[in-house]
Amino acid sequence: MADGTRNEGKNDNNRSAEEAALSARLQRLGERLDQKGTSRPVETGPSGPRTDPSALARGFRLSTELVAGVLVGAFIGWALDKWLGTSPWGMMVFLLLGFAAGVINVIRAAGVSPTGKPGSGR
Amino acid sequence: MADPIHQFEINKIATLGHIGGHEIAFTNSALFMAITVVGIWALLVGGSSRRALVPGRMQSIAELSYEFVANTIQSTAGKEGMKFFPFVFTLFMFILMANMIGIVPYTFTVTSHIIITAMLAIMVFLTVIVYGFYRNGLKFFRLFVPSGIPIYILPLIVFIEVLSFLSRPISHSVRLFANMLAGHITLKVLAGFITMMIGSLGIVGWLGAVLPLGMVVAITALEVLVAFLQAYVFAILTCIYLNDAIHPGH
Repeated sequence: MADGTRNEGKNDNNRSAEEAALSARLQRLGERLDQKGTSRPVETGPSGPRTDPSALARGFRLSTELVAGVLVGAFIGWALDKWLGTSPWGMMVFLLLGFAAGVINVIRAAGVSPTGKPGSGR
Repeated sequence: MADPIHQFEINKIATLGHIGGHEIAFTNSALFMAITVVGIWALLVGGSSRRALVPGRMQSIAELSYEFVANTIQSTAGKEGMKFFPFVFTLFMFILMANMIGIVPYTFTVTSHIIITAMLAIMVFLTVIVYGFYRNGLKFFRLFVPSGIPIYILPLIVFIEVLSFLSRPISHSVRLFANMLAGHITLKVLAGFITMMIGSLGIVGWLGAVLPLGMVVAITALEVLVAFLQAYVFAILTCIYLNDAIHPGH
């Protein structure tokens, strides 16, 4: 964003003051977003993808991560049982594995894990 | 009381033809998808037509949305992620515009149907797999094999990592769909309380209806926030998943 040129050009802006105020607000918002977007990777680096600027966005992520892991585990277990006739062992094992996967998802989504992903820098 | 689910009904507007005995219809969902695309087109073309040094409102919105998505990609997937800018920007703008249009009364919310969000999520999932193998070859499997894990629990960890990977499109799609669905049902139920109270309780109902009316106003404001946040969460998760395809096992 050409901030300097935009500020200079504002002086010879003959449009209504309301419009100027709005674009100034939008520009300030953009600058704040710029700061948030660029200051995060300094903390975490490009390999730690946890750039959630608002806690609410992060909260929305958490709500489904665990459930998705359990569902996928249960489905794979059910499908294996159906295919191999190993009922109920596939369901039992994969439901637990799915639960573990869900917990890992949540931990990563919450950014608790220092690396964000396993294997990075450990 | 109005049926709160009625708003999600798919209605046929016109029949386009038949493929293998299956009817291909132009539905209200397709209509609102088209409106969404036209809206994005109008916003971006209208915003970039004047190309003023001092941006007007439209140009500011267009520039800010571009920079917002570009910064999101660069901060999560790095410079190499900018290759996927058109993809992520399209997803972000489509979901944002569809969610925002859905808040307007009498419109249809495209993203409140899981088939739409699941298709978007599967598109991201397949892009990650195809590009991951194209770029890294078999090294892409390192995504499932964390380093520094003792060999005797490695098989277990690999299973869990694969399950975690497979659960991505599900959480990716269900999150957007469920939030939009739940928000719109809540709005409809609360709005139904207003008409119920006024219809059945007379003057007391008029006074009492102020409460649900206030709730509807407040939740509408919350829904605007959710509409934006869900589009943002979808876009940022797309970036995080693409980052895995670009740098697996980092």
